[in-house]
Amino acid sequence: MNPVVITVKTKEPATFAEKLKKKVAYSPAKWHQIDAAGVHYKDLNRKIRAMAEKGARKFEIRNVFGQRYIGTNLWGIEREKIKIRIHGTPGSDLGALLDGPAIDVFGNVQDATGNTMNGGKIIIHGSAGDVLGYSMRGGEIYVRGNVGYRVGIHMKEYEAKVPTIVIGGTVQDFFGEYMAGGRIIVLNKFFEDNPPQRLSYFIGTGMHGGTIYIRGEVEINQVGAEVGMTEPADDEWKIIERYVHRYCKAFGFESRQAKLLKREKFIKLYAKSSRPYGMLYAY
Amino acid sequence: MRTALLPEFSVVRDENRCIQCRVCERQCSFDVYSYDAGNNLMVHREENCVACQRCSVLCPTNALVIKMNDYTYRPNANWTRESISDLKKQAETGGVLLTGMGCDKPLKNYWDHILLNASQVTNPSIDPLREPMELRTRLGRKADHLEIRNGNLEVPDYPYVDLSTPIMFGAMSYGAISYNCFKSLAQAAHEVGTMFNTGEGGWPRELRKFGTNTIVQCASGRFGLDLEYFNDAAMVEIKIGQGAKPGIGGHLPGEKVSAHISQTRMIPMGSDAISPAPHHDIYSIEDLQMLVHALKEATDYRKPVSVKISAVHNAPAIASGMVRAGADIIVIDGVRGGTGAAPKILRDNVGLPIELALAAVDTRLREEGIRNWASLVCSGGIRNSSDIFKAIALGADAVYIGTAALMALGCTVCQKCYTGKCAWGITTQDPYLSKRVNPEIGTQALVNLLRAWSLEIKEMLGCAGINSIESVRGNRLQLRGIGLEDWELGVLGIRGAGQ
Ligand code: SF4
Ligand code: SF4
Repeated sequence: MNPVVITVKTKEPATFAEKLKKKVAYSPAKWHQIDAAGVHYKDLNRKIRAMAEKGARKFEIRNVFGQRYIGTNLWGIEREKIKIRIHGTPGSDLGALLDGPAIDVFGNVQDATGNTMNGGKIIIHGSAGDVLGYSMRGGEIYVRGNVGYRVGIHMKEYEAKVPTIVIGGTVQDFFGEYMAGGRIIVLNKFFEDNPPQRLSYFIGTGMHGGTIYIRGEVEINQVGAEVGMTEPADDEWKIIERYVHRYCKAFGFESRQAKLLKREKFIKLYAKSSRPYGMLYAY
Repeated sequence: MRTALLPEFSVVRDENRCIQCRVCERQCSFDVYSYDAGNNLMVHREENCVACQRCSVLCPTNALVIKMNDYTYRPNANWTRESISDLKKQAETGGVLLTGMGCDKPLKNYWDHILLNASQVTNPSIDPLREPMELRTRLGRKADHLEIRNGNLEVPDYPYVDLSTPIMFGAMSYGAISYNCFKSLAQAAHEVGTMFNTGEGGWPRELRKFGTNTIVQCASGRFGLDLEYFNDAAMVEIKIGQGAKPGIGGHLPGEKVSAHISQTRMIPMGSDAISPAPHHDIYSIEDLQMLVHALKEATDYRKPVSVKISAVHNAPAIASGMVRAGADIIVIDGVRGGTGAAPKILRDNVGLPIELALAAVDTRLREEGIRNWASLVCSGGIRNSSDIFKAIALGADAVYIGTAALMALGCTVCQKCYTGKCAWGITTQDPYLSKRVNPEIGTQALVNLLRAWSLEIKEMLGCAGINSIESVRGNRLQLRGIGLEDWELGVLGIRGAGQ
């Protein structure tokens, strides 16, 4: 009888630098078309990564239907140059841990978009589900429509890295809880020609950093005890202006941008203290 | 306000020995000592003493003895001294009592009620001095079955980590412990060939060269995480709970967020680092599955992902869910697990002894036929090598040690970690105090500890007539209980002594 040869596959993945040396097979300038119909997310994401390793930088993905984690595995490649257009409805955790790429979604998104995102951009031409931008630490998210519950929880900032979310429509409860940094701007349906809606409750509970700007009025019973309320100062209007401009450019509202910035009232929410729980303990 | 608390400890100084060198004054970070120049005398404020023993160890003439204070309230079995003191402190401050380290209550310690077996006559014991003994341990998912194709054994490609000994350093963040301690743990893990765990305080760049020996944590605060952080490490751990404070998050107080910590955690200096109680993207097993797979995607399925929970009443059912959610390793942290800071009331009252939880989880996963889908790490309250041996026989693949590792670095379990004034330079960010741990000496102490324990485990293996730790894993026949009720033997899945 032949002896049994035991080959245990050891995991020695080629370094990304080595992989990059492989022949460039895809043009970086071209929009590469991918059909995602019936493709499992693991295969879809691996395919995007494999193509990016061989030079592709622009991806147009059609028939996306619930595939998760798009953009999550794109690192070690010239990630700032990567652009992804998504047609359809991507699954949860779109752009989780994203760091560099720009994603445009022509449709709605599910939950946890931009989860713990570190850099890059996500533009959503529809509405977003719950937990958008959880623990986001950098980059920008623009949502044309509404967002769900628990949005912007525990966003943070460090030095020049200030994550920003701009929401065209309304937000639900538990918005900006534990926020430690970053900015969220809520336009509250301005471009749908709606008067400002009364937004959610439990806004900014445990907030200890960062700022939220909301178009319209916010009542004291809607916000957490740690939240202060005022109107934006002049230099803050410059920030609002900058991001509203980018929002308008993304969704084609440029002609009406001036009107929003001139006439509308915004409330600024901020953390009263960077140490909200300092007095809770006996030492 | 004058406090109504009795001092806990007495400082007894032998004035004949004391040479007024003022070492105790410089060493004490709790302001017990001062020097009275007029009388050339050392004076004490013993109400500040925490019995960390830094002074008595360093006094050059052995003039100091720190002991329990003789002052006493009238003894009362219900109103113990501790309960009276705690109540008075709260009446004075109105705050939640904080503490450090693991639960110090006399809960039944099951390790001490379990005895090991040895070979006699019918099968020979093995001498570890002349026979090879295998402690190598592999953590990660194992295959359901093996396939032989064309005479080759095909092993599925699950990611794993290899340990030279089944002992790892549990999560202690840079922030909770000093940089020198953090570095000692990293270097020792590297030297021994095991793992250390960054906790959730980020991972300083210059220590990434120890990546093959590093587990990085993703906890609810999500501090310092980026794609390099995950990909530079050997394994990723999602922290759901911790034995010392199940069900709550953590606050690193702003005064501990120094420049380097702020950079490592990527938060502004002086701001509280708050980890919320839950991950706000995890409200169910399905949500956990989503995060597990997000981390697998982020690391291209090349790193095992572990999930850590505290030992709670329905841990077996939760563990089953975790394994089904894709965790390659599950970590259970028992009620005696340590912490840098936790509300005392939670530390002492919430959770289960790890011995029971570990056995129950292992049994459940075996019954469901999914034990091989994940490795099982036992954490919280490991004091010596026999605890480790017993843990492995109850079903653990490996253990985490935390408090024990800090003790090797000098800790005397005074439980004052939350003050940030650790006199041994461990749980502090004060540059003057943290110099007290020399990373090279610290590394050596940790290496020594793991070497000694590994040798002892080999001795116990030899006794049992077994030459590989793999054959002890879940081998409960090696164990017998003593002084345990039937239900306890049942949960542990072992027989009573003499049976
Ligand atoms: S360290 Fe010892 S000898 Fe020095 S002052 Fe203190 S008690 Fe006296
Ligand atoms: S780490 Fe320091 S403060 Fe904490 S228990 Fe040990 S000696 Fe005391």
